[in-house]
Amino acid sequence: MDFDPILLSRLQFAFTISFHILFPTLTIGLASYLAVLEGLWLKTGRGEFKHHYHFWAKIFALSFGMGVVSGIVLSYEFGTNFSHFSEAAGNVVGPLMTYEVLTAFFMEAGFLGVMLFGWQRVGPKLHFFSTLMVALGTMASAFWILSANSWMHTPQGAELIDGVFYPVSWWEIVFNPSFPYRLAHMLLASMLTTAFFVAAVSAWYLLRDRERGFAKLSLKMAVLTAALAAPVQILVGDMHGLNVLEHQPMKVAAMEGRWETMEGAPLLLFAIPDQEAQTNHFEVGIPKMASLILKHELDAEVLGLKEVAPEDQPRMSIVFWSFRVMVGIGTLMLLLSWLAVWKLRGGRLYQSRWLLTALSWSAPAGFIATLAGWYVAEVGRQPWLVNGLYRTAEGASNLPAADILWSLISFVVVYSIIFAAFLYYLLLVIRRGPEVHDDEEPVLRPEGPAHPAFMPVEDD
Amino acid sequence: MFELTYLWAAVIALGVVVYVILDGFDLGIGIIFFFQPRIRHRDVMMSSIAPMWDGNETWMILGGAGLLAAFPKAYALLLSTLYIPILLMLLALVFRGVAFEFRFKTNRHRLAWGVAFSVGSTIAAFCQGAILGTVVHGIPVVDGEYVGGSFGWLTPFSVFTGLAVMTGYVMLGATWLIMKTVGDLQAWSYRVAKRVLPLWLLMIAGVSVWTALSAEPIAERWFSLPNFYFLSQVPMITTAIAGFTWWNLYHSNQRAPFYLTIGLFVLSFAGLIISIWPYIVPRVLTFEQAASAPSSQLFSFIGVAIFLPFVIGYTIISYRVFRGKVDQADAYH
Repeated sequence: MDFDPILLSRLQFAFTISFHILFPTLTIGLASYLAVLEGLWLKTGRGEFKHHYHFWAKIFALSFGMGVVSGIVLSYEFGTNFSHFSEAAGNVVGPLMTYEVLTAFFMEAGFLGVMLFGWQRVGPKLHFFSTLMVALGTMASAFWILSANSWMHTPQGAELIDGVFYPVSWWEIVFNPSFPYRLAHMLLASMLTTAFFVAAVSAWYLLRDRERGFAKLSLKMAVLTAALAAPVQILVGDMHGLNVLEHQPMKVAAMEGRWETMEGAPLLLFAIPDQEAQTNHFEVGIPKMASLILKHELDAEVLGLKEVAPEDQPRMSIVFWSFRVMVGIGTLMLLLSWLAVWKLRGGRLYQSRWLLTALSWSAPAGFIATLAGWYVAEVGRQPWLVNGLYRTAEGASNLPAADILWSLISFVVVYSIIFAAFLYYLLLVIRRGPEVHDDEEPVLRPEGPAHPAFMPVEDD
Repeated sequence: MFELTYLWAAVIALGVVVYVILDGFDLGIGIIFFFQPRIRHRDVMMSSIAPMWDGNETWMILGGAGLLAAFPKAYALLLSTLYIPILLMLLALVFRGVAFEFRFKTNRHRLAWGVAFSVGSTIAAFCQGAILGTVVHGIPVVDGEYVGGSFGWLTPFSVFTGLAVMTGYVMLGATWLIMKTVGDLQAWSYRVAKRVLPLWLLMIAGVSVWTALSAEPIAERWFSLPNFYFLSQVPMITTAIAGFTWWNLYHSNQRAPFYLTIGLFVLSFAGLIISIWPYIVPRVLTFEQAASAPSSQLFSFIGVAIFLPFVIGYTIISYRVFRGKVDQADAYH
């Protein structure tokens, strides 16, 4: 069989990075949540916060481990599968990744041990400091990797000479035009994903009439966070979209399913894009809405994908549908979280079975929306690796297709195994609930079952 | 900016040697995991490294990212050339890493995750040694592209270096356990270290001689005059430290064997640098040829200069927090 080694390398990178991003999305949010919980515990002295900390820390540890092992793979995959890109852009992205290691990875890893295993070995203040450093580390990591990734979307501050990028201004490289929007968008995505994950677990307990005191507090914190973050996320997403329109208009054309440049363009709700025929089938749209949203004018001209030659176009169907999945989930998140907050008054939320059921099903929502958003961004950048300057096909290593096929299959098998195990243990931790600890704790986890004084006091 | 290139060469060397030492004892413990028959002791072995393994592995990412930032040509050439052993190592490290979280969650799958931990550690250690051997031996490159084929890395020499690195890691793991445990497990660790030390020393000697004979320039580096007068100190000091390690093991000292084993690693690494200098990819790319733009080296070196001291500081603090014996309970069982 004949396989295209470039396509295989792209598939492998897409698979491994999609797998990886699920875990940081949760751990960025959970680390901050843990820091808030521990801060509240230290401030108020109320044991229930520490009790919550212990439970969510277990889930954090599981996810963090998955993020670490799948992240290391990525830091080497640039070289193994995209060696020409590494040579061409190492001058620019290498230093950004070095800063990520120095300011984020070491900090997370260095303080994680104390955070998880150090309760009996350090005082509460130093422990809180460790949690804060881990939370800060997760955000520093997002900062640098999104800076590097954004530079590939909106490159500036570097010159391309003989196929190699040479930095001119590091300030311009780090703070490239799309970076602030994309960083804010990703951090908010993490908060929302985590909030809905926490809300789902809590709602599940309430539906089963378990851990009521525990679940009510975490559900309340989660839906309040989500209700605040959801509208901000929609606003940031819109600003980001306008930034994309300015720098990557073809990505926006693909997101909106528009082939022809037109005035008074409709907002398509449904369409089946056909790349070969360069047209859509079964279009359903709202007239003039796209022009209004993008240019704030009913008859404004917006560009279509046919502005560029077919070989310079991204795959419209993937971008178009991923965008709709993301926006759809985002809208549902807004509605669900506001409804939940509305019902918080008088505690009606804790009795509303249908709303709790909806919340309990929303655990994967943030992960799916985040993945869909990344597909919009990354597939929408194609066929460029560095937008407008360097093609994806130029960046791949010259490897035998059989080698990459072998490694791709291995990744699919290995990641499936560990993902199944992760889900199994995640559900196990959730099913056991906050009162029960692991069958047998490692020797360095001296923190036994929750101290009676730390049990939630109030209940129904 | 030649000075920066050499400063960066030093940073990469530091990253590699710290990684090899720190993750070396983690992987070593993984390799000997199933030679320890008692489950209770295996738990202690794994617990002794549970708070640190993640930080230890981060040094490998520093090596990778630093190489990309400072020597992108070497990063691109080495990683795409060594595709199979590197991906095999990464997959093995995936199993090794998740085992820490999963193994303690239930009793039912304890054995399976023990296997993941041990086999993962063993394969990762072997691949690291084989990668080292392949690089030292020389990579066939024509016009900047590798021409050695998918399995060009698998040679008798690289298999031998793979086994040598595994043996060295076992020595690190066993002496770490001597320091961190008591009772039965400690006695067992002494026995492992005593058995492995002579084997490892033979392998170090074997790799050294084989390397020197493998390429004319390396032999000349070591044996020409006046180099010989200075460089012969390296094997002599190594021999002295090896003897001292032996003596400490037989006098049941608890900490010295670990630190002396680190010393042996550092010396072996020094010997390696002497053999390949000034090449980062032997006889293909020198450090200067592989260097990134001066501005890239400068910008990233500023980060290293500011943050690496902090990293070293809190790493030391973290080790101090978890200092002492792992499981006191072991003593009264």
